Amino acid sequence: MENNVVLTMRGITMTFPGVKALDHVDFTLRKGEIHALMGENGAGKSTLIKCLTGINAFEAGEIHVDGIEGPVVNHSTMDAQKKGIATVYQEVNLCPNLSVAENLFIGREPRTRFGTIDWKTMIRKSQKIMDDLDMNIDVTQNLEEYSLALQQMIAIARAVDMESKVLILDEPTSSLDDNEVEKLFRLMNRLKSQGVGIVFVTHFLEQVYAVCDRITVLRNGQLVGEYLVEELPRVKLVAAMMGKDFDDLAAIKSGETPDFSHAEVLIDAKGLSHRGTIKPFDLEIHKGEVVGLTGLLGSGRSELARVIYGADKNQTGTLKVGGKEAKINAPIDAMNLGMGLLPDDRKAEGIIGDLSVRENIILALQARRGMFKLLPMSKQIEIADQYIDAVQIKTASRESLIKQLSGGNQQKVILARWLATNPDFLILDEPTRGIDVGTKTEIQKLVLKLAGEGKSIMFISSEIDEMLRTCSKLGVMRDGAKVGEITEDLTQEHVMKAIAGGGSNE
Amino acid sequence: MSNIKKLTSKRLFLPVFCMLLVMMVNILFDLFSGNFPFSFFTISVRNGVLFGRLIDVLNRGSEIAILAIGMTLVVSSSAGTDISVGSVMSLSAAFCCMLLAGYGVSSANELAVPLIVGVLAGILMGCFCGAINGALVAYLNVQPMVATLILYSAARAVGLLLCNNLIVYVRDDSFKFFGGFCGFIPTPIVIAAICIVVVSLVLKKTALGLYVQSVGINKKASRIAGLNSARIIFLCYVVSGLCAGIAGIVAASRISSADSNNIGLSYELDAILSVALGGNSLGGGKFSLAGSVIGAYTIQAITTTLFAIGVSTDQAPVYKAIIVIIIVAIQATPLKDYFRQRSAKKATLKGGAVR
Amino acid sequence: MKKKINSNTLLLLITIALFCAMYIIGCIIYADKGFTHLQTFLNILINNSGLLCVACGMTCVMLTAGIDISVGSLIAMDCMFLAVGMENWHMSPVVLIPLVLIIGIVFGAVQGFFISYLEIQPFIVTMAGMFFARGMTAMIYSKQISVSSNELFKKLANIKIEFPFGSYVNRKGVEQIPYIRIHVIIALVVLVVVFLMLRYTKFGRSLYAVGGNEQSAIMMGLDVKKTKLKAYILSSFLCSIGGICYCMNTMSGSVQQALGLEMDAIASSVIGGTLLTGGVGNVIGSFFGVLINGTISTLVKTNGKLLSSWSSIAVAALLCFFIVLQSVFAKIKDSKK
Repeated sequence: MENNVVLTMRGITMTFPGVKALDHVDFTLRKGEIHALMGENGAGKSTLIKCLTGINAFEAGEIHVDGIEGPVVNHSTMDAQKKGIATVYQEVNLCPNLSVAENLFIGREPRTRFGTIDWKTMIRKSQKIMDDLDMNIDVTQNLEEYSLALQQMIAIARAVDMESKVLILDEPTSSLDDNEVEKLFRLMNRLKSQGVGIVFVTHFLEQVYAVCDRITVLRNGQLVGEYLVEELPRVKLVAAMMGKDFDDLAAIKSGETPDFSHAEVLIDAKGLSHRGTIKPFDLEIHKGEVVGLTGLLGSGRSELARVIYGADKNQTGTLKVGGKEAKINAPIDAMNLGMGLLPDDRKAEGIIGDLSVRENIILALQARRGMFKLLPMSKQIEIADQYIDAVQIKTASRESLIKQLSGGNQQKVILARWLATNPDFLILDEPTRGIDVGTKTEIQKLVLKLAGEGKSIMFISSEIDEMLRTCSKLGVMRDGAKVGEITEDLTQEHVMKAIAGGGSNE
Repeated sequence: MSNIKKLTSKRLFLPVFCMLLVMMVNILFDLFSGNFPFSFFTISVRNGVLFGRLIDVLNRGSEIAILAIGMTLVVSSSAGTDISVGSVMSLSAAFCCMLLAGYGVSSANELAVPLIVGVLAGILMGCFCGAINGALVAYLNVQPMVATLILYSAARAVGLLLCNNLIVYVRDDSFKFFGGFCGFIPTPIVIAAICIVVVSLVLKKTALGLYVQSVGINKKASRIAGLNSARIIFLCYVVSGLCAGIAGIVAASRISSADSNNIGLSYELDAILSVALGGNSLGGGKFSLAGSVIGAYTIQAITTTLFAIGVSTDQAPVYKAIIVIIIVAIQATPLKDYFRQRSAKKATLKGGAVR
Repeated sequence: MKKKINSNTLLLLITIALFCAMYIIGCIIYADKGFTHLQTFLNILINNSGLLCVACGMTCVMLTAGIDISVGSLIAMDCMFLAVGMENWHMSPVVLIPLVLIIGIVFGAVQGFFISYLEIQPFIVTMAGMFFARGMTAMIYSKQISVSSNELFKKLANIKIEFPFGSYVNRKGVEQIPYIRIHVIIALVVLVVVFLMLRYTKFGRSLYAVGGNEQSAIMMGLDVKKTKLKAYILSSFLCSIGGICYCMNTMSGSVQQALGLEMDAIASSVIGGTLLTGGVGNVIGSFFGVLINGTISTLVKTNGKLLSSWSSIAVAALLCFFIVLQSVFAKIKDSKK
């Protein structure tokens, strides 16, 4: 082990049922550096960190921590913490109903002579920690009284105060505003100067370039490479994350994009928003058009779609569907206007795991018909068989439970559920995530076919080439807002630049 | 077709197995105590009506079976239980008897209002209680058991109030019908059968079954797919209240009085037990009405058997509590995970419709 | 920085205000029936000492977002055990009381094991516990029994701790000195100990942490399962102490005893500002909850004409009111974010 290395991970491998989440990944963290861990959604960043902190067990590989003999295997976060590895997650893992001081000290409270909690010392120490960090916080107040950003800072303060050698920040900035991010960076730089190694997971490219020294990029569970920040310009980073060699970019088709400007406008959103998830946006979708939404994870792609569909209630602005103003309070209203939404979180919001493939397919159609107009069993079977055939769902029988199917086939069932309702406007949120290449192509073909039939489609995907192949217009999302639209020059390079922001655009 | 058959037998394995176990105990008990070993199954006709221990189980088990129907829906849709059913039974009975006898009258030989009015009012009272529970659970997101706890304690008290703290007797033959005999068959059996058939038909002819299971399995996904999850949960609680109302009328009619303190006492446990025994997960989701009904009669068979062996009414809960714990422990996730690992290889096709 | 009044403190304030209002109204309406005497208030304490112990335990369990509805039956079982032990088995309370406490601990440990390690819903487990204990009561002895032969226990129960002030002369011209019984002292000690425990021990704070966010509690290195197990043991243990208090007050054992007490205990906690979702609450609130409970039944009793079921209806209505209030507060909080 080099002298200044605090953490090395070698050949880490781990499989989730059916998916290789990590495939021989190496990672090295040096003393006093801020090391960005980058990768698209599902690339394995979180899994790698969870292997390190003991939440997931890895199958092969070794972890070495400076100052500890032999390979290290952590069994819990606590375990990791004892070895000097502290973690702050995206969701604040503190107790909102306890005071700030307690949250800083729980599990290691100062005790009085009688073994009871020494509140005085605890409050004094906590107040000092907060003051040192230049945070104006009353430590006796409950945590929930403070904004998420401050809570996040408190979580970091807790981790820092435990004198860790390694600090892992897993997307800590997603809920912070610029000012707070600035404060966080100052804190990170101070820790860096104290010799702490920081792993920084984020999807904000600007922040990487603002604060990091080194970047490790993962893709599909594999290591792409480790780079010094100076050596990896922004566009190259995006290319590395997305798996496109920069030189290939020009080669992708730019074909004819049909002109929809004269087509009938189906969806006309003006100033829709949902507090905390998506800032007000405008969007027009024409009949027969495929509109893509692009942006990094967490940029507000799904949230935009959810507001249109009524899954998250719209709080401002107006939505016109087919020229008429629409009032959408719940998904069923959107469905009655001919919409459908294939959600990105298939397991939580898509499938009804314990129901059969048939029941899953007919569910939305049945919901639209109402409770008292049950589809006769013969009709249900007919519809189920028709779509199992049409979208080629591989299942032992139509009565198999959907949870027994593979991810791709589950996705096809959900797709079939919406096709059965014959929608005019279908929102597909990451329809191709976690499914094999063959199925991906099938879904893309299907999208084009549907558009050809005059249906409008919103297509959300992390894979740009997929969208280039299917979409005629791309909405660009960044930091919870729609920042632009690309209708011309639909090339990978152009889109990547738009996603990356900064540089030429800003 | 053979697949479906296989799965039906699997889903109903637990209740049927328990039922057989109880029968075995009965046979053994009779054998050792020197009686005719199959006396449990003997059905005879005395005084022009059916008589026998089996008939007794079917008859006495009617209320539990009716409650189990509503409880099944509640458990399936909201992953919680309605513990107010026993008290609501008592309230419905009290309301019905109070109307029939007239307020403040402790014993009436003539009906103060037409029979149908009293009975319907009693049942509606049940629905109303169900609606209160449903509103708390579905629209205010109160945990089901806590929400129903309110009526668990209040409904019985309100019943006492309606009866002016008296046991109201309605000595009218037409009222006795519901707890008496319909031809040579005890009426409660007929009423329970009607309830079961009606609910099965509703489940078969409408999408209610699909909706309830869907909401119970994945509330979020159901919403995205266009279901109004809250309304469905609300409806389930109303149905549960309705069932409690009907059961209350039957119970009151049996003793031709509204004994608020004793009607439906600890029936909620029996109803929950029936659902669990019926092979339904108390965590919500898929349900089998047939399972719950068989479960209900199994519970009654256990109770009858306990009484036959000589356990008193007061002591019976001890055994039932142990049975509940064993059943839920079998279903517990940590234990299930352990068993699932072992039987992963044997995993066969499951699924199918509500029956 | 000035201390903001958050919704939880507000709930507690509403409770205290409600109690004061109720008591003052009682004093005004029933002044002629002696409601204004200090003894009326002390009687509330005397009659509810058992409930107070139980409510303290209930609050601890509810802090972890659990619930324990076995308490009423457990009290009945404890009382019956004490009564039968003294009357029929001629055992000394010196032996019986520790036995009752041990029974409580074991009972709680079994329930806690099922809840925390087998992950069964607390409600189901404790409901089974409730029926089990009630049935066991009947198994110990099926009839009502009163404690009359054991002198030590009678002496203990009859100790009057008199107050030097607040006395009055009744209609017969005898001076009535206000007093409390020894079990009130026990209950108040329990209250203080639990209050200190919740505030000053790691276990106490862990209860809050587990109820606040179980996932976070695990992440912060707390043993959540053990904490929950301990909470249920504590609840049953305090319930057993409550059972002893209850027995001292009633001097009898019966299968029907303490029927629905779990409801009163839960209502007291909820009215006292303990959130059903866990993580928020305090035994001080529960104390006021118990007082409100006691005041309601005293008011109903003092009236004389109202049926006793009115008090359980009133408690249920209050419970309903506070549950709805909590739910509304939670919704407001959600929409703020």
